[in-house]
Amino acid sequence: MAYADDAEHEELHEPTSFISKYVWSQDHKVIAIQYSLIAIFVGLVALVLSAMMRMQIGFPESIDMDSTEYYQAMTMHGMIMVIYLLTALFLGGFGNYLIPLMVGARDMVFPFVNMLSVWFYLLSVLVLLASFFVPGGPTGAGWTLYPPQAITQGTPGAEWGIILMLVSLIIFIVAATMGGLNYVTTVLQARTHGMTMFRMPLTVWGIFVATILALLAFPALFVSGIMMLLDTTIGTSFFMPDMFSPNQGTALDYTGGSPILFQHLFWFFGHPEVYIVALPAFGLVSDLISVHARRSIFGYRMMVWAIVVIGVLSFVVWAHHMYVSGMNPYFGFFFAVTTLVIAVPTALKVYNWLLTLWRGNIHLTVPMLFSLAFIVTFLVGGLTGLFLGNVVVDIPLSDTYFVVAHFHMVMGVAPVLVVFGSIYHWYPKITGRMLHDGIGKLHFWITFLGTYLIYFPMHYLGFLGMPRRYYAWEGYQVINPESAQSLNAFITVMAIIVGISQLLFLFNMVYSYFKGKPSGGNPWKATSLEWLTPETPPKHGNWGPSLPVVHRWAYDYGVPGAALDYTPQTTSGEEVPIHESDHNE
Amino acid sequence: MAFAVILVAIVIISVLFHFLSPWQATPLASNWGSIDTTITITLVITGIFFVAIVLFMAYCVYKYQVIPGRRSEYKPENKKLEWWLISITTLAICGLLAPGLVVYNDFVHVPPNAVEFEAVGEQWRWSYRLPGDDKKFGRTSVRLMDDRNSFGIDPDDKAGQDDILVAGNQMHLLVNQPTKVLLRSKDVLHDFYVPEFRAKMDLVPGQVTYFWFTPTVPGTFDILCAEYCGIGHYNMRGQVVVDKAQDYEEWLSQQITFADVLTGGTVEGLVEQGQRLAASRGCLACHSIDGGPSLGPGWLNLSGSEESLIDGSKVLVDADYLIESIVDPAVKLVAGYPPVMVAYEFSDEQLDSLVAYIDSLSSDDLSQPSTQPTED
Amino acid sequence: MLAQTTSMPLTGDPSDIARRSASAKTGLYFLMAAISSMFFLFLLSYILRSQVSDWEALSEPWQPLAGTWQLWINTALLLVASISFEMARRDIDRPQQSNTRQFLWLAGLSSLGFLIGQLVFWRYLMDRGFLATTNPANAFFFLLTGLHALHIVGGMVAWTVASRRLSAISQEAGSKSVALAKLSIELCARYSHFLLVVWMLLFALLSSSPGTYAAIARFCGFGE
Repeated sequence: MAYADDAEHEELHEPTSFISKYVWSQDHKVIAIQYSLIAIFVGLVALVLSAMMRMQIGFPESIDMDSTEYYQAMTMHGMIMVIYLLTALFLGGFGNYLIPLMVGARDMVFPFVNMLSVWFYLLSVLVLLASFFVPGGPTGAGWTLYPPQAITQGTPGAEWGIILMLVSLIIFIVAATMGGLNYVTTVLQARTHGMTMFRMPLTVWGIFVATILALLAFPALFVSGIMMLLDTTIGTSFFMPDMFSPNQGTALDYTGGSPILFQHLFWFFGHPEVYIVALPAFGLVSDLISVHARRSIFGYRMMVWAIVVIGVLSFVVWAHHMYVSGMNPYFGFFFAVTTLVIAVPTALKVYNWLLTLWRGNIHLTVPMLFSLAFIVTFLVGGLTGLFLGNVVVDIPLSDTYFVVAHFHMVMGVAPVLVVFGSIYHWYPKITGRMLHDGIGKLHFWITFLGTYLIYFPMHYLGFLGMPRRYYAWEGYQVINPESAQSLNAFITVMAIIVGISQLLFLFNMVYSYFKGKPSGGNPWKATSLEWLTPETPPKHGNWGPSLPVVHRWAYDYGVPGAALDYTPQTTSGEEVPIHESDHNE
Repeated sequence: MAFAVILVAIVIISVLFHFLSPWQATPLASNWGSIDTTITITLVITGIFFVAIVLFMAYCVYKYQVIPGRRSEYKPENKKLEWWLISITTLAICGLLAPGLVVYNDFVHVPPNAVEFEAVGEQWRWSYRLPGDDKKFGRTSVRLMDDRNSFGIDPDDKAGQDDILVAGNQMHLLVNQPTKVLLRSKDVLHDFYVPEFRAKMDLVPGQVTYFWFTPTVPGTFDILCAEYCGIGHYNMRGQVVVDKAQDYEEWLSQQITFADVLTGGTVEGLVEQGQRLAASRGCLACHSIDGGPSLGPGWLNLSGSEESLIDGSKVLVDADYLIESIVDPAVKLVAGYPPVMVAYEFSDEQLDSLVAYIDSLSSDDLSQPSTQPTED
Repeated sequence: MLAQTTSMPLTGDPSDIARRSASAKTGLYFLMAAISSMFFLFLLSYILRSQVSDWEALSEPWQPLAGTWQLWINTALLLVASISFEMARRDIDRPQQSNTRQFLWLAGLSSLGFLIGQLVFWRYLMDRGFLATTNPANAFFFLLTGLHALHIVGGMVAWTVASRRLSAISQEAGSKSVALAKLSIELCARYSHFLLVVWMLLFALLSSSPGTYAAIARFCGFGE
């Protein structure tokens, strides 16, 4: 049963009008582009917010920003980047575009639900953006939204902003669930002839496992969101403890709620969320490295199992975000062990990427440059994770700039580098034109070196003890304000440069759409199915009259005895021998 | 080639930066040198992996750069190599974890000779309590908190009578004395963090958390709130003063107990009442009284001066204006300060006392123009 | 490269429906997994919250769930719905789908009855002053039963689709329309069994004694 046919042909009527083709479209490729454009748009909003924050930190005299606005910018930046940009882009964008093409399906299995998913996503973004315009502005509770502070006076947006934030998250979760059901079901049920699970590209594996994590972890955010919404609107006490209100001079009506319960729920979602972003990035970067190093991915089966093991373990490490939260301190022993264990499969992935380079024939194309930069950045972020995962080392560092530097390296910059690499790689398939190489290289160097110069020194502010989420540091002798201030100013300058350089990327995307070099169907000489469509960009239904038949895995580069250095998945064993016993069962 | 060179440069610069950077941990002032040791171990092990991996990558990029017509090796798997790598990584992980867990075991076990004190956090200031002679803290509840009993101690609990209350932001500790900090929050999450002590822990409303340390160096240290607690988070200042025995005893002898608070203070002037209110209701968290920077307008020489509002107009600071700004702060917003203050509820008598207190902070020549002193 | 691909059928035939059926069932399983995850986390929160002293278990003598006969009636209605869906599913393979329509109607009506019954019980609680704000246990009761009811409403939407497809059979009388109706009813049946199990777990936990909560909490490591 593991191959696709034209089950959905009734829904696959070629759309004719502009509206049905680009607006109410059920085509996975159009939906992917809709998802991506919305995500990139909110991502730019979040980028501007981060520039404002950096100005306040680096050059407080130069920007008119009070602490309310600072905390609002901080909160919205974090929330947008993690949820509305990265999650949506990897699953809704890349997942939608690549899964059906890579497994040889004509579309997602539930195209209508898929369309609903993107519209719910848009709605969630609109609700989120609406919070900028309500009285009191958006919530400034920090992206973790910890109660009781998130819904009490003294936090920006405690009246309306937080309510819109929670409603937006709930809508987003519905959207992500509808999309997620599509991705997993398509992978399991709509693969073409010969496409076994262990012949799938690692991109599909990464997105597949990440989607399962999303389906099981997002409910935790949903649960905590609903309960907080009730606490703030009708006055229940799920999370709200007995507490005193200085402005009313009395205790509030809440009793007995548990703020730590919220933290457990939040991080039960929040940690898998890291891997919901990271696993697709792992998958995509594996494919980029293999294609551009012209070498079969090293240790494919281990790579798949590493993805699965990381996915499973990610559900038992959440409390490493809570070592100093006041939870039972004995939990620290357990979570330190599980957290450091997860480093083993992760390290294996890094080794295998490097061993794929070994004895390859490396083309330093723009996608490859971004992939190699990802390895460096992810390596730094991963290694600093070993500081924060090891409970006692975390105690001095938690809630300092070390944490900020760590998570920006590991789940900010690293996945974004993969996003860029992947867009440079697949843009020719999506548009039929190459992105401009020179602009791409300039964009790459500024982004890679710039972000390294931002976040590597930032760890040392953490060693110094500089706490995160501070609007200003005047008068704290301990963090040596003068020298720290000069480093902060330097970081701000780099951040502004990197931020502005993203205009190069946007320009390249638009310019190349009209003026780019025509790419042909398979410009990188890659083996996986998406490069083998009869038309580029692929038409509705992807494959023309008949579906492709798969004979081999997606990584046959440099097969001995083959005429070309790459052997597409559809090439039969009679033409080029199949070596699957070497790497598969 | 260029890329390989840059990778090598990244390694060299990163390592040099580590050794030459002026931004290193603050000098240790507690027993937690062992935590610093675990950080060093982690730095060494992760540093070796960082250098080795990036250099290997640079070598690959240099050695296997594209040569037209060359075929890469077709060797998709090497089980033995992979197991070797897994084993080495696992060993390194154990090298990180084992010392970490040993030190953490010390961290969670409070030594029996530790003395206790309580740090109470609220938006956005600190206060402290010592258990007194009976070494027992009195019961507390937020429902008992008012401007006379800002700690919320149960007056009926005998253990609470001799509790020593420290209302300022500054706490004194005895050097070389193992100390257990009990942490209690009146409103939202906070975190008690003194960088020189290395250890930190959140304050969680509704429960009491703790950690322990031994201060080893006399001196004054800043307490930083390390858990986001609202718009004044960055300004939640406190200090720990580590004293030698004699200084500590002297300080201790000057402190008042809960019983003193309950019995004394019934007869107090308007200004004193206002001062007490300003402290207990958190006004001073945002309004400085010494002319220093603060979230809201400072109170030193405020009364009688002219304030510029955000609409460009000016207003004379008199009693009516002050009262209006307390009970309905959104009406007249002073330029240069964020509109963050929420409306406060006070009785008329309390308002008068606050105004009297603010007036008392102005020097005479300035307060003269305020022609109409409060008469309601 | 596409030269070697085999030609695939483009029109509906039995394998088409089989494919669609397999996909729909896989999707449903993952949906049920996500819903289970949600209720599981709610129940864990419930247990953890129940260990705070302000908690008054719903089964205490002065609390509404000391007597639960109304909820037992609702449970029976949900059980009837589940059984009817199952009977409808089995019946559709018989010639002329003799009793499918009747069973499907019974399933829909008893689901609706369950929803009305739950609403009646909500009213009863509110009339007696058991509001969501009076005690966290009450808040959980309203929250959990409300969310469960929302999922039943979702099932009712699926039920209307199934009914429409069943009516379509008599007009077309094609094997494809039978297969489509059968798929819909099968999905409805599975989903209703699932929601029945969820309800029974909720019911059992909501009406348990404080001792049970304490035991579960200890088991999970939250205990004092």
